[in-house]
Amino acid sequence: MATADLAHLISLAREFRVQIIRMLTHAGSGHPGGSLSAIDLLTALYFGGFLRYDPKNPWWPERDRFILSKGHCVPALYVVLGQIGYISEGELLTLRKVGSRFQGHPYPGQPGERFPGIEAATGSLGQGLSIAIGMALAVRMDGRPSRVFCMLGDGECQAGQVWEAAMSAPRIGGGRYRLDNLCAIVDRNRIQNDDFVDKTLPLDPFAAKWEAFGWHVIEVGDGHDMGAIVKGLQSALEVTERPVVLIAHTVKGKGVSFMENNPKWHGVAPKPAEGIQSIREILGVREGDWLDYLRRTPKVAAIVEELQALETK
Amino acid sequence: MPAKATRVAFGEAILELAAKNKRIVVVNADLGKSTMTQKFAEVYPDRAFNVGVAEANLIGIGAGLALSGWIPFICTFACFVIGRFETIRLSISYSHANVKIVGTHTGLGIGEDGYSQMGMEDLTLARALPNLAIIQPADEVETKQAVAYAAEHDGPVYLRFTRQALEPVSPTGYTFQFGKGTVLREGTDVTILGTGGPLFNCLQAADRLAAEGIRAEVINISTLKPLDEELILRSGGKTGHVVTVEDHTIRGGLGGAVAELLSEARPVPLKRLGVQGFGESGDPRGLYAKHGLDPDGIARSVMKFLKI
Repeated sequence: MATADLAHLISLAREFRVQIIRMLTHAGSGHPGGSLSAIDLLTALYFGGFLRYDPKNPWWPERDRFILSKGHCVPALYVVLGQIGYISEGELLTLRKVGSRFQGHPYPGQPGERFPGIEAATGSLGQGLSIAIGMALAVRMDGRPSRVFCMLGDGECQAGQVWEAAMSAPRIGGGRYRLDNLCAIVDRNRIQNDDFVDKTLPLDPFAAKWEAFGWHVIEVGDGHDMGAIVKGLQSALEVTERPVVLIAHTVKGKGVSFMENNPKWHGVAPKPAEGIQSIREILGVREGDWLDYLRRTPKVAAIVEELQALETK
Repeated sequence: MPAKATRVAFGEAILELAAKNKRIVVVNADLGKSTMTQKFAEVYPDRAFNVGVAEANLIGIGAGLALSGWIPFICTFACFVIGRFETIRLSISYSHANVKIVGTHTGLGIGEDGYSQMGMEDLTLARALPNLAIIQPADEVETKQAVAYAAEHDGPVYLRFTRQALEPVSPTGYTFQFGKGTVLREGTDVTILGTGGPLFNCLQAADRLAAEGIRAEVINISTLKPLDEELILRSGGKTGHVVTVEDHTIRGGLGGAVAELLSEARPVPLKRLGVQGFGESGDPRGLYAKHGLDPDGIARSVMKFLKI
């Protein structure tokens, strides 16, 4: 991928981080840590030319499917779907509010009111990979070229169903349907709800587990290095004969100093002042330069004003 | 027509349907021999999957197939599949996935294998999910029509089948209607609402009651959700006494559904017959007798209820 394209992805991911913080601060609850660890991966997947979709036809039968098995990080997905144009920016701020279709965890809506880009209900950890296998089989049976991507958390991989699914994907159908159209992506941020994964229930040897079950494993050493992510996804798409898992080593809360690698920020939304500081850090502006930056950048200034107004509510 | 297990009738029905409906898929979890779908797998190998002893994965794969336009029948013992309630709740129900959940080996009627294999609380759990339809046919004729209906129904369905053979109870020329009960025998003194396995015994109990001068109305409630409220209220209003009979716990199944309905809409004295505690090993007939679901037991309970 050309340097200019990588720069575009990096700039998009920065904007997405701002929007994630903005949404969560408005909502007053939610999961910033995992949303920030996953967003670079999602940005590359959706805007690096890997996931195939048609912005004008969300239900294009040959589209690739994406299942967010770690459903609590759905703010990251909402922001991405907003960028595609499936939803408006204003609507994003209804996250977690009464009457909003932006549920706290992914909800695909009922027939007739389906939510473009949300392919299944998730959020009870461990369930998404099985759904993705069903979809990968379905598109194979229909002879479509579609791929199915499924993002899991590493803490989520403590759930038994993940390994039921992992065991079945390379073997299901007795070889009639080779699911090399299935790609799992693990956001390996090493923190779960209560604490660090290693202090709760360690997963290592993690890659070896997937390999033993028959998956092709690709590790991305830095899941925030856009070049490395793109390279990893490129290799994933070249795998044939068996499903592939991309294990991306990430930092929970990436981009915000006080959230990074801190289990406290798994499931707590920033307060308005914290949200504003987060946005400043994400944009890489020093404290002393902030007011000047805001004067020069009305779009960000508007968001900051909006969050300041929440303080007085 | 000879007695036939509804699981056997299901296996025949799905095979016939699959010839016409090319979107039907069958997924098993190592119990294809028992859910009577091995023939399907032989005839339609491209539309048959076996995920091994992994029921949560069974449910999720079913959901994924359905969300991509296929019509999966996911098949295993009722207690094993509904036991993964929370997976059904999210992956199928809340995802509005058009999955047909097939639960066989329900109730005391499975016999010697004992409680661990008996679907005993499945109706209670399945009833809690807002969009999950529940059908428990009572004989071969009804099973074949109910399975055909389920394949066409737009949305998730739970189909509950028996291991043991069931005597035919449906009237000649019977047509299954989703959401409708069927009056198998008219009466004026007591309404017996039966579902699935014990229905034939309900009819026999009605004969014994007739000998005592009690005219029992026997109704087959094969669709448990949505319930045929109108028929139940009309019959209960007419007879003034309602008895429910099911091979399932008395908590939350047919008896529970009818209790909810009557107590809100038209309070009528109600007696729930079914399983009070756990199930156990034994021959099916012996178990039905021990738990009061044989013709004598049902008749005795009805007379006691009517204070005769």
